[in-house]
Amino acid sequence: MEGPVTEKKHPSITVQTRPMTKVKIKVLLKKALIYLVLIIVALGMLGPFLWLLSTALKSGHENIFSYPPKFIPESPTLGNFSRVMDAFPFWTYLMNSTIVGFFTVLLNVLFCSFAAYPLARMNFKGKNIIFILIISTMMIPFQLLMIPIYILSLDLGLKNTYAGLILPHATTAFGIFLMRQAFITIPYELDESARMDGANSFQIWWRILLPLVKPSVVTLAIFTFVMAWGDFLWPLIILDDQKMYTLPLGLNALTGLFSADWRLIAAGSVISVLPIIIFFLILQRYFIKGATSGAVKG
Amino acid sequence: MKQNVLTPYLFLLPGCVILGAFIFYPLLQAIWLSFTDYNMIVDPTFIGTENYQRLFDDDMFWKTLIQTLIYLVGVVPALIILPIFLAILVNQKLKGIGFFRSAYYIPVVTSWVVVGITWEWVYAEKGVLNYLLEVVGLVNGPVHWLTSEKTALFAVMAVTVWKGLGYYMVIYLAGLQSIPSNLYEAAEIDGANKWQQTIRITIPMLMPSIIIVTVMSSIAAMKVFEEIYIMTGGGPLNSSKTLVFYIYQEAFEKLSMGYASAAGVVLFLITLIFSIVNLKLMGRKENVA
Repeated sequence: MEGPVTEKKHPSITVQTRPMTKVKIKVLLKKALIYLVLIIVALGMLGPFLWLLSTALKSGHENIFSYPPKFIPESPTLGNFSRVMDAFPFWTYLMNSTIVGFFTVLLNVLFCSFAAYPLARMNFKGKNIIFILIISTMMIPFQLLMIPIYILSLDLGLKNTYAGLILPHATTAFGIFLMRQAFITIPYELDESARMDGANSFQIWWRILLPLVKPSVVTLAIFTFVMAWGDFLWPLIILDDQKMYTLPLGLNALTGLFSADWRLIAAGSVISVLPIIIFFLILQRYFIKGATSGAVKG
Repeated sequence: MKQNVLTPYLFLLPGCVILGAFIFYPLLQAIWLSFTDYNMIVDPTFIGTENYQRLFDDDMFWKTLIQTLIYLVGVVPALIILPIFLAILVNQKLKGIGFFRSAYYIPVVTSWVVVGITWEWVYAEKGVLNYLLEVVGLVNGPVHWLTSEKTALFAVMAVTVWKGLGYYMVIYLAGLQSIPSNLYEAAEIDGANKWQQTIRITIPMLMPSIIIVTVMSSIAAMKVFEEIYIMTGGGPLNSSKTLVFYIYQEAFEKLSMGYASAAGVVLFLITLIFSIVNLKLMGRKENVA
């Protein structure tokens, strides 16, 4: 991985003899080397998925355990996908995941930016202690809380419900912090002039502040969505009705069902990963931007 | 033009209700439960520190705790160092660099279930990994990556690192882009080569990001569960069972809620120590700067 860094060793000696061509060749070589490293790493990151995809495309006649492994299917077929769709209520799971993801995002954006507003722009009693308490929740592992939350959810009748999947994650300290940082950067005169014009606090929040922090809202939405979409432990605990399964749980159940047939398991995995990959590819520039703003934790 | 006294609290209310109901109240209850015997059928009975004493004598608790720490010691340094090089690699202005950044990030957005299945298949006895290693000559004969006591935990660790690379890469990328370029220009004039520049400028300037990554990855490592559950189920012979996996089994398979809560409190205290050490480090860093 250190290729592009180390290989610039002897330029100063050679440059003097035939400057232009040598430098050009060197630049080209360096570029080629960087691309080579980039491609090798990309193969490492995507290769496992491609191998799974290749298996999903192999027909029943082909031995998927052949050794050495065959990377390209002999006669590619979509048969595994249609077979797995028959056994695997993909659309139900997709709908469950989408509902859970959508409402988790919606509530997080609302509640976090609500809570962040006074923390960023108002003075009131107990402000510091409330902020510290909120931030301290980041240090408490969910794995400690899952037992009481499970008991609480049973008491509230949340087992096997969307609310049971959504509510425990409806607000995060990370989200409040992110939104607070965003609100703080907005000049305070904006609030004041709006207040002069007779706007109340809610209107200031909705009409002035929120539109100005759209990038942070998008960041929060994306990260919350990916978190909710991939969540496994909590759904595993709170759901036992297969009709309520989200995609990860459904896929997990599928591997139990087809424990012997890797073609179908592979096809099911490919199907269930497609929505989030599409989501990512559409919004990728926000991902890269977002992670950076989220990471800078003050 | 004074705002209503209640306004700030009204804005805080919904978020605080959620955090209160699903974090603070459960936290107190978990601590309380850890001093009780509770199986979800009969009401909890207070038994003092008995759960903690039992934990202390419980070989499986120590085994899983030690395996969790091994996991942490293996995964965290890799997740601190490798993404720095990845970030440097994708921080260049080249055609198509966006594609590579996205490609490296795809494992991050993929759910653990899919990643686990994918790697189970890569690790299979007659799988791609064994084949490639055999071609290169690193192994002779297939290695049972996930089904051998010697390798299972390490095989899962490798996947954790693989999945996390892109995430931390992006954090470092932000750090890299905030380093003023005149530092490099000055170093260039002083005759420092690229490697020296990396060691003397890039790494020190990345220190804030490095601290963040250290803390985030070590807290995440303490809580490892999904990858274990999906790829090995804690086996073979508990050789890849981690603390959270043990808590999960005690709580939701054996319904020993009180005992599992005590183990959870221990987990909490360990992560708390990490967080405090981190805050101290960050505080010191700020003073220096």
